[in-house]
Amino acid sequence: MIALERRLEVSRFWLYATPVLAVGLTILSGAVMFAALGFDPLEALHAYFILPISDLYGLSELTVKATPLAMIAVGLALGFRGNVWNIGAEGQLILGAITGGGVALAFYGVEGPWLLPLMLLGGMVGGAFWAAIPAFLKVRFNANEILVSLMLTYVAGLLLVYLVTGPWKDPMGFGFPQSRLFHDSATLPTLFENSRMHIGFPIALFAVVVSWFVVSRTLIGFQIKVVGLTPPAAGYAGFSSSKVVWVTLLTTGALAGLAGVIEVSGPIGQLTPSISPGYGFTAIIVAFLGRLHPVGILLAALLMALSYIGGETAQIVMRLPLAVTGVFQGMLLFFLLASDVLAHYRIRFGSRRSEEG
Amino acid sequence: MESLAPIVLSVIAAATPLLFAAMGELVVEKSGVLNLGVEGMMLGGAVVAFIVGVETGNGMLAAAAGAAMGMALAFLFAIMVLGLLANQVATGLALTLFGIGLSALLGRGYVGTPLPALPKLYVPGLTDIPVLGPIFFGQDGLVYLSIVLSGAVAWFLYRSRAGLILRSVGENPSAAHAIGYPVIRIRLLAVLFGGAMAGLGGAFLSLSYTPMWAEAMTAGRGWIALALVVFATWQPGKVLLGAYLFGGLTLAQLHLQSMGIIHIPSQFLNMTPYLATIVVLVVISRDAARIRLNAPASIGKVFHPDG
Repeated sequence: MIALERRLEVSRFWLYATPVLAVGLTILSGAVMFAALGFDPLEALHAYFILPISDLYGLSELTVKATPLAMIAVGLALGFRGNVWNIGAEGQLILGAITGGGVALAFYGVEGPWLLPLMLLGGMVGGAFWAAIPAFLKVRFNANEILVSLMLTYVAGLLLVYLVTGPWKDPMGFGFPQSRLFHDSATLPTLFENSRMHIGFPIALFAVVVSWFVVSRTLIGFQIKVVGLTPPAAGYAGFSSSKVVWVTLLTTGALAGLAGVIEVSGPIGQLTPSISPGYGFTAIIVAFLGRLHPVGILLAALLMALSYIGGETAQIVMRLPLAVTGVFQGMLLFFLLASDVLAHYRIRFGSRRSEEG
Repeated sequence: MESLAPIVLSVIAAATPLLFAAMGELVVEKSGVLNLGVEGMMLGGAVVAFIVGVETGNGMLAAAAGAAMGMALAFLFAIMVLGLLANQVATGLALTLFGIGLSALLGRGYVGTPLPALPKLYVPGLTDIPVLGPIFFGQDGLVYLSIVLSGAVAWFLYRSRAGLILRSVGENPSAAHAIGYPVIRIRLLAVLFGGAMAGLGGAFLSLSYTPMWAEAMTAGRGWIALALVVFATWQPGKVLLGAYLFGGLTLAQLHLQSMGIIHIPSQFLNMTPYLATIVVLVVISRDAARIRLNAPASIGKVFHPDG
């Protein structure tokens, strides 16, 4: 008989070992899945995880995909610490793209170094506004933030489709549902020749550093942790849980909105009906895989970015279905949550302990 | 009068997937488990039911396969949260993400495939009665199943001994465990039932409501079903009512679009179910005491006999 016994203290070893274990199990299951789909597992894994990053261009693409993931995940992690479950980062990303992109379209053709900062600010305000809705409804009416933020994701998606098929449609776009291509002053500069790596990546790194500082060195970071871990203690200490809801949701929303405007002004260069392959949802996995810790999140974002690029590469090279990426990501989160049991519980083999024990 | 029947029929059809999923989730939550993976299980059920439907042409078999797939995904969830004591919110999200990916993978060869029309119920004589005939005797078998199962859930929860035990497990698992009820086994059964119901809801979508397969075709219905359970303050009768209200809302929005009287872009009309869900949540949740009174006390909390 196998029994679980609660550890008195969370095992630090397993806390850091479980993400590695989960990645290993995911790759193993991935091999089984590839074999079941009729592909050579080793060749498929090579195409998925090695091939995409075997040249400089691939590595720069990795940073392009990791940028929105890391940016959103550090915000989400802040909320998850405080038991605030913002699941609608995808919607906040879309709204940031709309407001930030809207600035670009409003000043179409106007050159100036002030335009990009204004767009980034516009994106942050848009994302924060979209996150303010669940925050307000949670604080004022006790409405579940998971469901509200998720419903708003669908609303944001529809709003974007409306804009790019209606008022913001490119008049010279042959009827395609997309906006004009942003002009030079509204496009993020790339960092190197022949790559799409843009200044969004340093911005994401900056967000990671700031969030580390906030979590470990500020009063609000401490308050978020206490409210999340032991609400009664937070109450006695006079920490306001409403404040935590507002701060975490607005921060996540602003970061997701920033990620959105960076996507449309960087790699995409215009507004289209689908601007994100689910970064807002994948960032949830990134936050957990990174143990809600900024440095862990950065590593996890790079890994999940690889799963996106790997999916695309494997589709081109081996004609593997693109949907494999989603399965991989889901499996990874499953294995991670499952192996978490090792950090919180001790596994006892042999006979069950006596009843009075 | 003649035009009433098609309207009622469409409302019922729009409500049925929600009714299945929400009734299933109600039982799960009554046992104290919060499974946020409804959307993923619905998608799994939808794709498997569609594949079996296309390959065999047998509607009953297809629906059963959809239910089985929902159950299989729910079992995965149960292993995680009941066996390995994982966080229920995070695991439910993982199940949805996994279900979206897995269904897209399984269904990739079936996008755009036509489904042979599955026979609807036809009772000679009765179905031919104007208005009432098609409503009571002329719909897809799954519609009747959803209503029968809703009645069964209500009876089970409030009129049977087993239902009482299930609710007691949801209210206070430690006490139920101390008396000697197998908390984990009861919760496992509830989660599996919820999975089968979500799978049936998905199966109805891909077999009958819109007979086709498309990626993420549930379009948030799993999440709306979760909201319905809160909206209903965990009472089966109100779940039924809520599902039909949402069905009516969906239909009203489709009608406004097709009539074209009001010049609102279709995207804004398509937002209504999501906005309505938010409004309803706000109205219900405003009264925190009522939520506390009706919500199963142990919902979402990990149960471990050691305490």
